[in-house]
Amino acid sequence: MSPILTISGLHKSFGKVEVLKGIDLTMKQGDVVSLIGSSGSGKTTLLRCVNLLEDFEQGSIELAGQSIGYKQDGGQRRRLSEREIARQRAMTGMAFQQFNLFPHMTAIRNVMLGLIKTKKMGKDEARAIAEKWLDRVGMGQRRDHYPGQLSGGQQQRVAIARAIAMNPQIMLFDEVTSALDPELVSEVLAVVRDLATEGMTMLLVTHEMRFARDVSTKVVFMHQGRIHEEGAPEEIFGAPKTERLQGFLAKSEF
Amino acid sequence: MNFSLFLTELWNARLSLLSGLGNTILISAASVVLGSVLGVFIGLAMTYGAKWLRFIVRLYIDFLRGTPVFVLILACFYILSVVGLDLTAFQAGVLALTLFCSSHVGEIVRGALIAIPAGQTEAAKSVGLTFGQTFVYVLLPQALRQILPTWVNTATEIVKASTLLSIIGVVELLLATQQVISRTYLSLEFYLFAGFVYFLLNFVIEQAGRAVERRISIP
Repeated sequence: MSPILTISGLHKSFGKVEVLKGIDLTMKQGDVVSLIGSSGSGKTTLLRCVNLLEDFEQGSIELAGQSIGYKQDGGQRRRLSEREIARQRAMTGMAFQQFNLFPHMTAIRNVMLGLIKTKKMGKDEARAIAEKWLDRVGMGQRRDHYPGQLSGGQQQRVAIARAIAMNPQIMLFDEVTSALDPELVSEVLAVVRDLATEGMTMLLVTHEMRFARDVSTKVVFMHQGRIHEEGAPEEIFGAPKTERLQGFLAKSEF
Repeated sequence: MNFSLFLTELWNARLSLLSGLGNTILISAASVVLGSVLGVFIGLAMTYGAKWLRFIVRLYIDFLRGTPVFVLILACFYILSVVGLDLTAFQAGVLALTLFCSSHVGEIVRGALIAIPAGQTEAAKSVGLTFGQTFVYVLLPQALRQILPTWVNTATEIVKASTLLSIIGVVELLLATQQVISRTYLSLEFYLFAGFVYFLLNFVIEQAGRAVERRISIP
């Protein structure tokens, strides 16, 4: 099967600080890849490059056969137009650490916005899809609540529904449980796990090691802007090869 | 204070006072509407504009905010006619208040926009919205709620500042009142009356603002 996501030679700097120093990563349809590593290792930046919330200076990202964000034009690297980039962003779904729900819209409106404005769906069709996904994440009963009336875990579930309702090629999860109270973590992880078993292609940044071990088809350990070690979850957690990964795992909670 | 005499004179002067009040409302409304439209663009330029644009707009805002409204009115009336732009006193006055209002609204809009967390824009982008769509459906509705109380305050400031147009001969409520006083010598009564009308006008604006605020507040 041909890969759905191919990242090659990706470099990214913030000013003079190089945060990604050449990343190569491929994912097939249905893969669940977890990015782990200490903060500052570049995991989140890598994720944000895939949906172009960050520009990158070198390398390429190919998603479902399309070059993301840039094109080669007569030997020159050109950034795509804002309109094309907006369209490509809709191919990825993103769930954020801070949920980022739109506070002035009800849960269902949050989910419908992208369907109506980006996918140009009619209201009824958008509503039907939004209801379906809100039901799937267990938020159907609360679809007319505003984000401010929901708990963190409920907000995150709505945010995941908002992203996945767009029918993306790949879902990106950026530390989706880090801002949650411990007792709310499991309800969100259950939703993510559910999507993983359904065969959704997912790239996730997480500090939940036990969860990463359970759901991932591959685990990638990043360190100082590079992929330090990668492999199947049993290898990464059961038999880490490098000293640095051993040290990282020793300090992590399970 | 001769109250029945005042009432008689008030009745006699009703038409000129009403026309003065009408002018005050017209001047204020025109300045607030035009100034707000201009102010939104200024706020946008300040927030998202290129560096050179932000610099120019910053100069514009600082210059207008650092100048007394009174000076601005005189400048619009006397200086513009020197450079060949002949405005009536009414037009010059509205122009001055519009500029004044736009500088305030520009600052308010910028403040409201930068107060919205970056995550909102990112979330909008992540579902494929363009910048224009993000602004209209995500940022503006949140910014408006933030802007409203300060904006209402600016509107009342404009109503009060409209009295300064009496200096260049626009017969708004204050000048109309002064004309009545010069005929009747009832200065205390009519000044009190004018003050009360201004208070009433601003009170209505503030209450309307609060009502809208309650309606659009996010649960």
